Amino acid sequence: MSEAVLILGATSAIARATANAFAARGNALYLASRDADELRRIAADIHLRYGVEVHHGLFDAEATDSHGAFLKSVVTAMPKISGVVLAFGYLGDQQAARDFSVGAKVIAANFTGAASILSHCANYFEPMKSGFIIGISSVAGDRGRQSNYVYGAAKGALSLYLQGLRNRLHPSGVRVITVKPGFVDTAMTYGLPGLFLVASPQAIGERIVHALGKSADVVYLPWFWRYIMQIIRHIPEPIFKRMKL
Amino acid sequence: MHTLITPLSGWGRYPVQTCELERPERYADLRSDVARLIARGQGRSYGDAALNENGRVLLTERVNRLLEFDMQKGILRAEAGMTLAEILEVIVPRGWFLPVTPGTRFVSLGGCVAADVHGKNHHHDGSFGDHVLGIELILADGSHVMCTPAEKPELFWATVGGMGLTGIIGEVKLKLIPIFSDYVQVRHHVADNLEQLFRLMQDSAFDDRYTVAWIDSMARGAQLGRGIAMCGHHATEEEFRPGFRNPGKPKRSRSIPFNFPALMLNPMSISAFNALYYRRAGGKREPFLSGYAPYFYPLDAIGNWNRMYGKRGFVQYQCVIPEAAAFEGIKRLLQELSDSRRPSFLAVLKRFGAQGKGLLSFPMAGYTLALDMPIRDEGLFTLLNKLDEVVLQYGGRVYLAKDARLSAESFRAMYPRYDEWLKIKNSVDPQNRFSSSLSRRLGVGQIGIGGTRE
Repeated sequence: MSEAVLILGATSAIARATANAFAARGNALYLASRDADELRRIAADIHLRYGVEVHHGLFDAEATDSHGAFLKSVVTAMPKISGVVLAFGYLGDQQAARDFSVGAKVIAANFTGAASILSHCANYFEPMKSGFIIGISSVAGDRGRQSNYVYGAAKGALSLYLQGLRNRLHPSGVRVITVKPGFVDTAMTYGLPGLFLVASPQAIGERIVHALGKSADVVYLPWFWRYIMQIIRHIPEPIFKRMKL
Repeated sequence: MHTLITPLSGWGRYPVQTCELERPERYADLRSDVARLIARGQGRSYGDAALNENGRVLLTERVNRLLEFDMQKGILRAEAGMTLAEILEVIVPRGWFLPVTPGTRFVSLGGCVAADVHGKNHHHDGSFGDHVLGIELILADGSHVMCTPAEKPELFWATVGGMGLTGIIGEVKLKLIPIFSDYVQVRHHVADNLEQLFRLMQDSAFDDRYTVAWIDSMARGAQLGRGIAMCGHHATEEEFRPGFRNPGKPKRSRSIPFNFPALMLNPMSISAFNALYYRRAGGKREPFLSGYAPYFYPLDAIGNWNRMYGKRGFVQYQCVIPEAAAFEGIKRLLQELSDSRRPSFLAVLKRFGAQGKGLLSFPMAGYTLALDMPIRDEGLFTLLNKLDEVVLQYGGRVYLAKDARLSAESFRAMYPRYDEWLKIKNSVDPQNRFSSSLSRRLGVGQIGIGGTRE
């Protein structure tokens, strides 16, 4: 069996594209999400198109108590897991800011759930002295904006978490990569007004796998978002607070 | 889920209509809970079959998973959004091919079923629906039903060729054909006029599994209908030469980046191109090996070739004339075209075998002519109405997947099994929830024009 990659939140368009890119390299896969029917379909598709071994199992980011047992079942099914892609996320809607019960869900999915499963993954890879963790965060986490600051705060927290994790795992030789996509053409963004420079999920998936062969720790996708966010981060707060972003 | 309200058109870029688009990524999100709904795969039907003015268009492009592939038996099951191009990538290296393929591989599986598409082998192998083993259909009431030629055959044959109007095609099970190599052995035969061309195509000594004729639509008088019959079959073990490199494969595909100025394709430039092509392609007297892509999908090598026809778009007029009067009928059509001095960049003639079981399927025993007509002015539509009359006079019909302008009356006259089809449609979709700009133009389900509602 070739080296296997665990994809968490495997039914999103970015996750599917990333899984395809790994499969095209010959990696075996373990696909995890809450949606059993979609998992079955995507797993069959990747196996038939690329001829790689594909396992799948149920995983709920918000059910943090189950994460330890979940990871155990993954490594039992596929002992050669060499890396993890954390691809789940939940945008919520405008309600998230006004209604904390919605906001709590956004935080639970994007940050609490991520921190929980990543701690188990880190504990697994650290003694093995190898492996990688790719966390898909967002450019929305780089600066708080009125339009989606709950999501942004959760993703920003995830970025910080990944930064700390990278620091911790560096001596063990475990790569931690933070991926910050800009606008991607997915169900999350379809039909939303005011988007620009929208990338295809395929392009993002390929670049994520590509990043493994490079040395960068924080990867903006597509690359120009690094510069867009640099500008946005450097707008002085007295001006920024007056802007409608 | 968000929807996107946007102007939309088919491959012919005419008409352009404002539609509300929805693009599910999960199979469970293929839902029929909207009035006025039509599914759309790759948008490669030419006219308004996959448009829904002021209605909902359900894009299936992301619901495109391959679910089963039996490499021993050559049976495949996939979600309807999967394209033929994606299927070929998986099956060709394993020695299988599509039983029927249209002239582009960038079409969805669901679209192939809904339009019951045909290829260059209809006279031997029938249309796409003849090779479909099963369809999972999502009905107006939200239920999922499996229909096959044996199980719910009425619904199956109303869905094959049914233009998406019986429900959302969710999954398709297809029987493939075995091939020895991915090359096609091709032979070109030149015909100086239409009579010769027909003689060639009727002669079993020249015929092959795949036969298609390109016609120089600008040739007049004694040369009317001159063309080249291109015959081919999947190369056999004896014909396949090891070490042969497919010359058409490594080519980088090109794309038309913008709408060409309308004047670029004019009678003079098309005449010149056709004369050149006639000599070049006609000069190939010996059989030769071709990659399957350049043979079956020559235009796929040019992305967005529909932009060649300019901003106003074009209409592809494809009709079939029954066997007995085919020569006469096709000659009349070419005569009308030639007399109009309207350029048709592409004119293609194919042979059809017996009519299939799809109630609204296009093919019937005879010959089918396809013409690409750029839209310059309203005069084109007058000409096309005239062509409809000729087609009706000879008992033929026009292909709905290409159509953008046929009248409800002509449609009824051309598709005599419509009443039978409508009964089945009404039984599964009593509120006429599945409707498209095409179906409303043709009066489907409307009292008076489209027949009786029950």
